[in-house]
Amino acid sequence: MSRFDTAFSTDRPALVCFLTAGDGDTASNLDALVAGGADVIELGMPFTDPMADGPAIQAANLRSLGKGTTTRDVLLIAREFRARHPEVPLVLMGYANPMVRRGPEWFAAEAAGAGVDGVICVDIPPEEDPELGPALRDNGVALIRLATPTSDAARLPAVLEGSGGFLYYVSVAGITGKQQAALGSIQQAVDRLKAATDLPVAVGFGVRTPEQAATIARVADGVVVGSALVELVGQHGDAAPRHLQDLTRQLAEAVHTSRKVAA
Amino acid sequence: MNQQPNSYRTGPDERGHFGQFGGRYVAETLMPLILELEREYRRAKNDPAFQAQFDDLLEHYVGRPSPLYYAERLTDALRENADDGMGAQIWFKRDELNHTGAHKINNCVGQILLAMRMGKTRIIAETGAGQHGVATATVCARFGLPCVIYMGATDVARQQPNVFRMKLLGAEVIPVTSGAATLKDAMNEGLRDWVANVHDTFYIIGTAAGPHPYPELVRDFQSVIGKEARAQMLDRIDRLPDLLVAAIGGGSNAIGLFHPFLDDPDVKMLGVEAAGHGLDKQHAASLAGGSPGILHGNKTYLLQDEDGQIAEAHSISAGLDYPGIGPEHAWLKEIGRVEYTSATDEDALKAFQLLCQTEGIIPALEPSHAIAAIVERAREMPRDSIILANLCGRGDKDIFTVAEALGVQL
Repeated sequence: MSRFDTAFSTDRPALVCFLTAGDGDTASNLDALVAGGADVIELGMPFTDPMADGPAIQAANLRSLGKGTTTRDVLLIAREFRARHPEVPLVLMGYANPMVRRGPEWFAAEAAGAGVDGVICVDIPPEEDPELGPALRDNGVALIRLATPTSDAARLPAVLEGSGGFLYYVSVAGITGKQQAALGSIQQAVDRLKAATDLPVAVGFGVRTPEQAATIARVADGVVVGSALVELVGQHGDAAPRHLQDLTRQLAEAVHTSRKVAA
Repeated sequence: MNQQPNSYRTGPDERGHFGQFGGRYVAETLMPLILELEREYRRAKNDPAFQAQFDDLLEHYVGRPSPLYYAERLTDALRENADDGMGAQIWFKRDELNHTGAHKINNCVGQILLAMRMGKTRIIAETGAGQHGVATATVCARFGLPCVIYMGATDVARQQPNVFRMKLLGAEVIPVTSGAATLKDAMNEGLRDWVANVHDTFYIIGTAAGPHPYPELVRDFQSVIGKEARAQMLDRIDRLPDLLVAAIGGGSNAIGLFHPFLDDPDVKMLGVEAAGHGLDKQHAASLAGGSPGILHGNKTYLLQDEDGQIAEAHSISAGLDYPGIGPEHAWLKEIGRVEYTSATDEDALKAFQLLCQTEGIIPALEPSHAIAAIVERAREMPRDSIILANLCGRGDKDIFTVAEALGVQL
């Protein structure tokens, strides 16, 4: 059984937390997320041109690169996280160019060796799968695809083909950290996705508060929170872990108990 | 892979690739729209009414065909430093005489017609020097569509006249402060806007780059340059040129000139990148100093470090100040059909002045790079040979930059 199966197997929804690697004391920050109750960790690979991200994560990318974070640093952070937390699923999320720079096989093998369970690549749609997908699958790393409000029924099979881990539903057409979609439209979309796949469906983009997270957790298998956490790192620097743990605890509680509240 | 094709003009393939380059590296949110754009473009391409409307606007609004001009005094000036019997004839395709002063308008006319076919009601674009922004704002005013232009804050500061032009034309100009606040960052912000407004917004990309089908459709719209030039050459002197020369940032004016000649085996081609302060310093020559990678929707040559982080480009020409290049050029380089070289800021400034003084034409800094390369090449070619260069923009916009570089207070 994979770590994803464990994280998403219980009847309770999973909390997926995102931070940018190399922004602040990443090891301590990640530990704080786990201590707060995060079920899955997404570790952002910093990139100079984060086209799908809003201001919060753009700033985190620049802070990290400004400190000289390299791809090897990111992989080391992942490897050390895996050593400290053998059970928590770990996902690398980022853009194509840093992932394929040394060749997809290099990246896939390094990620697998570091104990990474899955990879989300924002700008490799199914049409360009050969660029990265085969290398990841050959190395036993799940390629986690994104589905969006614009992925219609005709496209969905292509999106699901070759995808693994979980399906990440981007609830709004837009960039990270901005507005949130209405619950009705999210529920409809999740139902549609779940009818087409056995993969768990996690919903993200624009989820900031425990209340929002709880609302989404009633209809999805997982809730992704990114910008709100990344902002805490930007605000508090070395003191971030305490704040991260606080917010994660509230989010986790809201997500994990959401269905009871609803019932 | 490296087998020579029967024709160089059939690309891209059905997946939008030119060899290993090109493609559609975009967020899932944009994919359905990109596919719809491709379908609509195929229909438009086969629709005589679309072609007729495009041709009519180019003739009566843009002012095409642009003249083909023999630069006699420049030719003579370059022969002074050449050996006996050497010194090619220099001809210019005068796309700087277009409405709005550059080749950019050709593409904008084509794309806004496509946008309206697709029922889009809002236009966005990125701009570096402001030429593409002005051209986009122009066609938006012409067709009454709201227009938002993303422009790096650094470029907004150094290209004030064009910022004001865009505003006069009714566009909203949004300064982008992220990154180095230049063209690359403006493009990032354009993509962020697009992904949030896919339902009603059309992104008019300014160069032959970005996700498929943009490199193809921008090339097709700009190919009017090469088609006209080819016919004009045959008409005037009954022969084809020996060498085509064009400056390259993203590469739309160059591909527009080159593409109709690609299957003429005796026509050589030279693309000129911006070498900035020098290829060993800061520059914008992606082919000379970069390596293949993925950015802004396509795989192509990029200026990047060993981790795939994108480097900041530099050129005195804001229009060439971009760390990538259109994917078809990357392919043409790899298969060897087109030769690529570069010219520094200093070379371009000298060439700029040379054209002013010998021909009474103030060129933009972008084609000044092409002219700089001609200065080198003309003297190595016999007197009866012909160089045809694309004079893709006029220099009015650049006089402040040039004055500053020459130490002149205006």
